[in-house]
Amino acid sequence: MAENILTAEMKKVVVRFSGDSGDGMQLTGDMFSQSSGIAGNDLTTIPDFPAEIRAPQGSIGGVSSFQIQIGGTEIYTPGDTVDVLVVMNPAALAANLSFLKPGGTIIADKDNFTSKNLKKANFDENPLDDETLDDYHVIRAPATSLTKEALKDLGLEMQTITRSKNMFALGVVLYLFSRPLEKTIDFIEKKFSKKPTLVEANIRALNAGYNFAVSTELIGKSVVIPPAKLPQGTYRNIDGNTAIAWGLLAASEKSGKKLSLSSYPITPASEILHELSSRKDMGAIVFQAEDEIAAICAAIGASFSGNLSATTTSGPGASLKAEAMGLAVIAELPLVIVNVQRAGPSTGLPTKTEQSDLFQALFGRHGEAPLIVMAASSPDDCFMYSYEAARLAMEHMTPVILLSDTYLASGTSPWRIPETDELTEIKIPKFQGPAEEWEPYMRQSEYLNRYWMSPGDKGFEHRTGGLEKKEITGNLTYDPLNHEKMTKIREEKIDRIAKRLPAQEVKGPKSGRLLVVGWGSTHGAINTAVTELIEEGETDVAFTHFNYIKPLPENTEEILASYDQILVCELNNGQFVHYLRSKFPDFSYKQFNKIQGQPFFTSEIKAQIINHLSD
Amino acid sequence: MQAEKTKDKRALTSKDFKSDQAVRWCPGCGDYMILAIMQKAFTQMDNAKENFLSVSGIGCSSRITYYLETYGIHSIHGRAISVATGAKLANPDLNVWVFTGDGDCMAIGGNHFIHACRRNVNLNIIIFNNKIYGMTKGQSSPTTPAGVKTKTAPEGSYENPFNIGEVAIGAGATFFARVPDNNPKLMEDVMMQAYHHKGTSVIEVLQNCVIFTDGIHEKITGRDTKDDNQIILEHGKPMIFGKEENRGLKINGMRLEKTVFENGTDDSLNHDAEEIDPLLHLALSKLHLPDYPVAMGVIRKVKSTPFEERVHSAIASVKKQNKIKNTDQLFRSGNTWQIE
Repeated sequence: MAENILTAEMKKVVVRFSGDSGDGMQLTGDMFSQSSGIAGNDLTTIPDFPAEIRAPQGSIGGVSSFQIQIGGTEIYTPGDTVDVLVVMNPAALAANLSFLKPGGTIIADKDNFTSKNLKKANFDENPLDDETLDDYHVIRAPATSLTKEALKDLGLEMQTITRSKNMFALGVVLYLFSRPLEKTIDFIEKKFSKKPTLVEANIRALNAGYNFAVSTELIGKSVVIPPAKLPQGTYRNIDGNTAIAWGLLAASEKSGKKLSLSSYPITPASEILHELSSRKDMGAIVFQAEDEIAAICAAIGASFSGNLSATTTSGPGASLKAEAMGLAVIAELPLVIVNVQRAGPSTGLPTKTEQSDLFQALFGRHGEAPLIVMAASSPDDCFMYSYEAARLAMEHMTPVILLSDTYLASGTSPWRIPETDELTEIKIPKFQGPAEEWEPYMRQSEYLNRYWMSPGDKGFEHRTGGLEKKEITGNLTYDPLNHEKMTKIREEKIDRIAKRLPAQEVKGPKSGRLLVVGWGSTHGAINTAVTELIEEGETDVAFTHFNYIKPLPENTEEILASYDQILVCELNNGQFVHYLRSKFPDFSYKQFNKIQGQPFFTSEIKAQIINHLSD
Repeated sequence: MQAEKTKDKRALTSKDFKSDQAVRWCPGCGDYMILAIMQKAFTQMDNAKENFLSVSGIGCSSRITYYLETYGIHSIHGRAISVATGAKLANPDLNVWVFTGDGDCMAIGGNHFIHACRRNVNLNIIIFNNKIYGMTKGQSSPTTPAGVKTKTAPEGSYENPFNIGEVAIGAGATFFARVPDNNPKLMEDVMMQAYHHKGTSVIEVLQNCVIFTDGIHEKITGRDTKDDNQIILEHGKPMIFGKEENRGLKINGMRLEKTVFENGTDDSLNHDAEEIDPLLHLALSKLHLPDYPVAMGVIRKVKSTPFEERVHSAIASVKKQNKIKNTDQLFRSGNTWQIE
């Protein structure tokens, strides 16, 4: 048997909860995240659901998992491999055993390892009884039977009773990580406040699990993870899609502009539409359009009417919106277009992550149609980038494409809730003088944005649209020189935004042999890999991560010029590296690409870096 | 505010709605009449001028936006209704007019059209139906009648055309009217009824294209034929037509049938535009030559709460009930923790 990798005090631990779709693993994981946050740990989580809405019970295809990495240090990924694996049935074990580190711990509901369930998971023998799990430490917990016993006098239906066994599992894990139960009990009381019997059932199951762990010899010791040094403040766990929705709400409130969202359902972006549909309390005006085109066109109408306006989609939907993006570009209207990317082309792997819509965001329109392209890099910073997308769109009178992806959309990380005055002011470019002194396409000199005058503004009646506009007046003209001039002004307007962006930062030495470059959602894995290498004594590697892609931060070239070699890591076939090569052709670029619908593992990035350094 | 509005209204004339842009339609085009009537009708609408919004798609019809001195968006092909829906939802105070054509609205924009009809957004959709693609120079449109020769059907169109009224009413439109482009009085009346109707108003204008389908509506709209070939409907009035005003419509079994009054007996039906059941409205929309006159005027006008009113009243009622009043309270609600 491998040595137990759990020790009395650990800096980082990865736990994976896994069970049948109906076993409540996502809720269990969410509650453990909550408990970890309260304990002061940093964390990152990722769910792994079956693609089917209701996969057959007990089948491997129906396994639903939730992975979390917690630590007493900053945590940027949900972890490559797992220290503790909770399995509620044989299928969950079969689907997840390969993620478990040798010497890792398995907590299994042994009551569910029946011959019927074993057969569904393709086990001939019960792996809890033979040598299959000899490399691991197995806790055979009678979760189902002890839960039934604990809940027997509550008068609940058997289905409700067995459903509560996830709280039993949580009780075991909470004991394992030396966590008090009070906060979790508070959570249960809040969550089921309308159903007192369910509160009681869940608390009893939780206690049963905790007591099982306390009283059994199976757990030799519990693990302590010291709190991480995180900035002071109030925190909550947030997923990327909610964070994007909330960033838009914050920008709406800060700017005093009502928020209009017009979207069409698409995986994995729909949750933004769902969240804002539930935010009528914040005044969000949400329109579920009949198709992607109607969605962006309605968003353009809302923008012309003077609202902060957004449309959310994923790659295939963004393709349908492309023509209308051209209208927003030439009309110079503020618009936030969120693309939560998934693996493509076409339907591709609709529930899997990829960064392959970068070319589309940069170039996927007819005509010369520049706009801002930016990308979020963690579930919690989706808030800030969504806020910034809205701010830049309105201040600069331009559409903005914000890229997220499946990984950020469904993953969670702790978010320090900003104080209202921490958010950057949003200055709406409204013309302040009399209407006679204003023209529809006159511009502010510094950033070349036009003014945002909308229906209801008396005396400012004007027409806009898809036809080329005469400079300043906006009247129609086919004047060839005017078209060239306007094309260049629209490009220059976007380029000048670089001046407003934060300087690009570098981790590690300011010059040297190798610069690792990432963008968007891969920040966690690359940052962890580089940080670990630096901690291990590597002095030749530095890291820079891009959130602003068009325009690039002003110091980009200066940074790239400071290293012998540049290694661009991305979850596509080399789109950002292609962009960098075309912008800065003088540097030497290498690339590391993964196109498997999966995020990077820290280990594979580390291996790449080590390979490049040893070349 | 009210006083100011009234003052504005009194001051406005057609001229106030004329933009400084030169009008560039072919001489003799039916679009001129629509423009003139819109400019006139706008002066009678009880809205501040800055709340007028005209939205158009692509095609000859859609150029009208540039000629109206209001806020306007000349959008993209087929999408005017979507743009207008977003604008109206964003600001329900707007008086929104969509100008589109049979190609723009019934082909590339067909999806948006049917959904607007079912949603009942308070928009006025004017469809310039010349039964051809004019701006792209003469291709068949979804309303081109079978047999008509076009660039894409040189032997004559072999497609079954849409009847706009049938599509609109079938999709749940609460208001449908049809007018010829040479009856300014009726057009103005219909536009004002559309303005007062709360919900999606669909107005089909039989508009003549002097280049590609010149005279295509002639049998219906011609000076000598119009009395016999049009039946102008008025809510609550008998449905009668003909030079002698001696013909009408009655029901026979499941269908409408012509009736001729003899010896002063008038057994024709009265028009009821406000009947919820669309059966007869559909039948009226579909009447066509040579056996029947073509129905004009407001065929259907039924009450139903407009979409934007539903959306905004839902927002208002949630806001009223909810304890969370701003984003800071929202972000701090639920499960949070402190790091000291």
